[in-house]
Amino acid sequence: MTTPTTNILLVGVGGQGIILASEIISETALRSGLDAKKSEVHGMSQRGGVVSSHVRFGPVVHSPLIEEGRADVILSFEILESLRWLNFLAPAGAVLANTQKIVPPIAAAGLTTYLADPAAELTARVPGAVLVPADAIARELGNTRLVNSVMLGVLSTMTPLAEDAWRAVVAEFVPAKARDANLAAFERGRALRAR
Amino acid sequence: MTKKLLSGDEAIARGAWEYGVRFASAYPGTPSTEILEAVAQYREIEAQWSTNEKVAFEIAMGASIGGARTLVAMKHVGVNVAADPLMTFAYTGVNGGFILVSADDPSMHSSQNEQDNRRFAAFARIPMLEPSDSAEAKDFVGAALEISETFDSPVMLRITTRTAHGKSVAVLGERQEHALRNPGKIDREKFVMLPMYARRRRVVIAEREQRLAQFAEETPLNRIEPGDRRVGFVTSGGAYAYVKEVWPGASFLKLGLTNPIPAGMIRRFAASVDRLIVVEELDPYLEEQIRILGLPVEGKSIFPAIGELTPDIVRACLAKAGLLEAAAAPTHAAVDGLTPRPPAMCPGCPHLGMYLALGKLRDATITGDIGCYTLGALPPVNALDTCICMGASIGTAVGIQKARGDGKNIVAVIGDSTFLHSGITGLLDAIYNKSTITIIISNNGITAMTGGQEHAASGHNLRGEPTYSVDLVALCKGLGVEHVFAADPTDHKAFSQLVKRETQADHLSVIVSSQPCVLYPQKVKRGKYAVDAEICIGCGACRKSACPALLKSDQKTAKGHFKTVIDGELCTGCGLCASVCPVSAIQPVAKGV
Repeated sequence: MTTPTTNILLVGVGGQGIILASEIISETALRSGLDAKKSEVHGMSQRGGVVSSHVRFGPVVHSPLIEEGRADVILSFEILESLRWLNFLAPAGAVLANTQKIVPPIAAAGLTTYLADPAAELTARVPGAVLVPADAIARELGNTRLVNSVMLGVLSTMTPLAEDAWRAVVAEFVPAKARDANLAAFERGRALRAR
Repeated sequence: MTKKLLSGDEAIARGAWEYGVRFASAYPGTPSTEILEAVAQYREIEAQWSTNEKVAFEIAMGASIGGARTLVAMKHVGVNVAADPLMTFAYTGVNGGFILVSADDPSMHSSQNEQDNRRFAAFARIPMLEPSDSAEAKDFVGAALEISETFDSPVMLRITTRTAHGKSVAVLGERQEHALRNPGKIDREKFVMLPMYARRRRVVIAEREQRLAQFAEETPLNRIEPGDRRVGFVTSGGAYAYVKEVWPGASFLKLGLTNPIPAGMIRRFAASVDRLIVVEELDPYLEEQIRILGLPVEGKSIFPAIGELTPDIVRACLAKAGLLEAAAAPTHAAVDGLTPRPPAMCPGCPHLGMYLALGKLRDATITGDIGCYTLGALPPVNALDTCICMGASIGTAVGIQKARGDGKNIVAVIGDSTFLHSGITGLLDAIYNKSTITIIISNNGITAMTGGQEHAASGHNLRGEPTYSVDLVALCKGLGVEHVFAADPTDHKAFSQLVKRETQADHLSVIVSSQPCVLYPQKVKRGKYAVDAEICIGCGACRKSACPALLKSDQKTAKGHFKTVIDGELCTGCGLCASVCPVSAIQPVAKGV
């Protein structure tokens, strides 16, 4: 991360909790004493469409949008979606991708084709891409909605933001009754990278 | 000092609270919806969803005339609906400070056009403020209320999708109470716009514009940021952040007040730089006015007039103009040819049953309206022939009958919230002028597309308190429609027969098609359905509904047809597919399984 501003592009499919995840990252940056901006578009995209959220933090942030070729991290909540946004990746940027496949109805109906092996495509293009079995971990922990916190756990090992701030914000932003499960999922994500 | 990440919409709501707003109203519309949702948290502000933007504006106007600081919020096209009171309220001026928030949608992320509402402020001759981020959005609410009361004018606060939905840091303050202004008698010569009084007000407005032009030169809302003298950028709103990002060292004239523009300040700034360049989204609104000042200025010769700007576009355009080095090409390319993910209606969405029945009509003309059901224009439903603006489905269908001479097979599809917004007057016209079309009100009990807002037939208000709920069937009958039917779109056979019969009939009919939205006000929880693969004959009749929970099975019939399987995680238990199945292969899943 050579620039003073850190750029994180979150991508995935409407309904995956991407907006909440981007709020958690931005808030963690704010509590780490940094300026932060984030941007995404709500509305029609929420109905199962493609979702992207731009998060930027640093001493002073002007634009809420990341430029092409400048994302330090692409945090992809769905494996195919990581491929759609690779033009945003900085030369030395990292891709963290949930290996889960979400096949849209039009592909299920045979009107379009869902790429056969998006994970292979990703590692061919970005050899250092981190494949995260977040969906499997979330199921193991008993709730598919924990994908979010697993991915944030992995991300937290790669940013300059304080570990304690991450935990505090995750605990505060997730629904109260799912707090412990989310914190556990966050730690599982962290452990993946520590290995 | 509390710092908080707020969206522009939340910041405007916070600003309304801090600067003493007492009343706020809106009709939901992306990207403005979250303003009133955030205002609703503040008990000191009386806040409400209104039936449409014109009514929201008029009630807010009344609150201002009554002496309260007031805010009304709407999306850009909502201002078209509210334009009638706006254009004359601009003449009368206010009593309590009055803000109209116009949330524009460059690039049409969730809209039918990308009109530049800065033109409305100039058209109505009212002051306009454009914040660049959430901190400004909050502060500008205070500035706008001061300007409104000082200059006796409604004020437009214009934001765009990026400033509305983007989050940035704002410093929170406390609420300042503002007592009602002049709560006694209403000044009739100011507020009764008979021609004789309106003519006088027209002169007052011209004087107001002159005073505002002077104010524009002095206000800290506009500022010069001196820098590299080779280029001076005149910019405002979200565009400022993008230019600042790609060329932080340039000279800037950052305009917070964009109607009227500060002519003197612009002249001084122009004299201090080699090239004067306007960076603005959509129309050459500032550029044209600066050109009229006689200054050499560039803008749309460099930047696009269509769609929103991004830092990428700003950099590329400046590079093309020879002003900035081009960005290095990205080292990675996006993968082409990936399956798109067009927005789709939800599993169990009640609109699906309606469209399944409409899909069986031959040669039907179907006019659509604004809501989730507009997605019925896309594959695989492919049902709608038109969608123009809120409430237009009914008038458009009536007009098509006028052109063709026959109302058979002409259907207007409109949602409950949209019908209440501006469909009722269209229906009344259809009755009055003896139309014989068929109107389907797809009634899911909520304003769904914008995220589940209450309305006059949902039984609750903005704060979720129970209130009167209009009966749509009784309403249509009361207007004078003889053939009104309450129907269930998940009961396919009966619904389909009704639609077929009414579209062939020689009279006007209204079908109120009712089933709750599966998402709002809360996710529906019903028993799920499953397919018995032994019985399924692979006819695919159920899958024609386009319900995302219905998938092709791996199993084929002897004739090679794919059987259907239901995705148990997606199924919301509406039962539409079971009612379609010719062999009763789809049954409720027994409890406990």
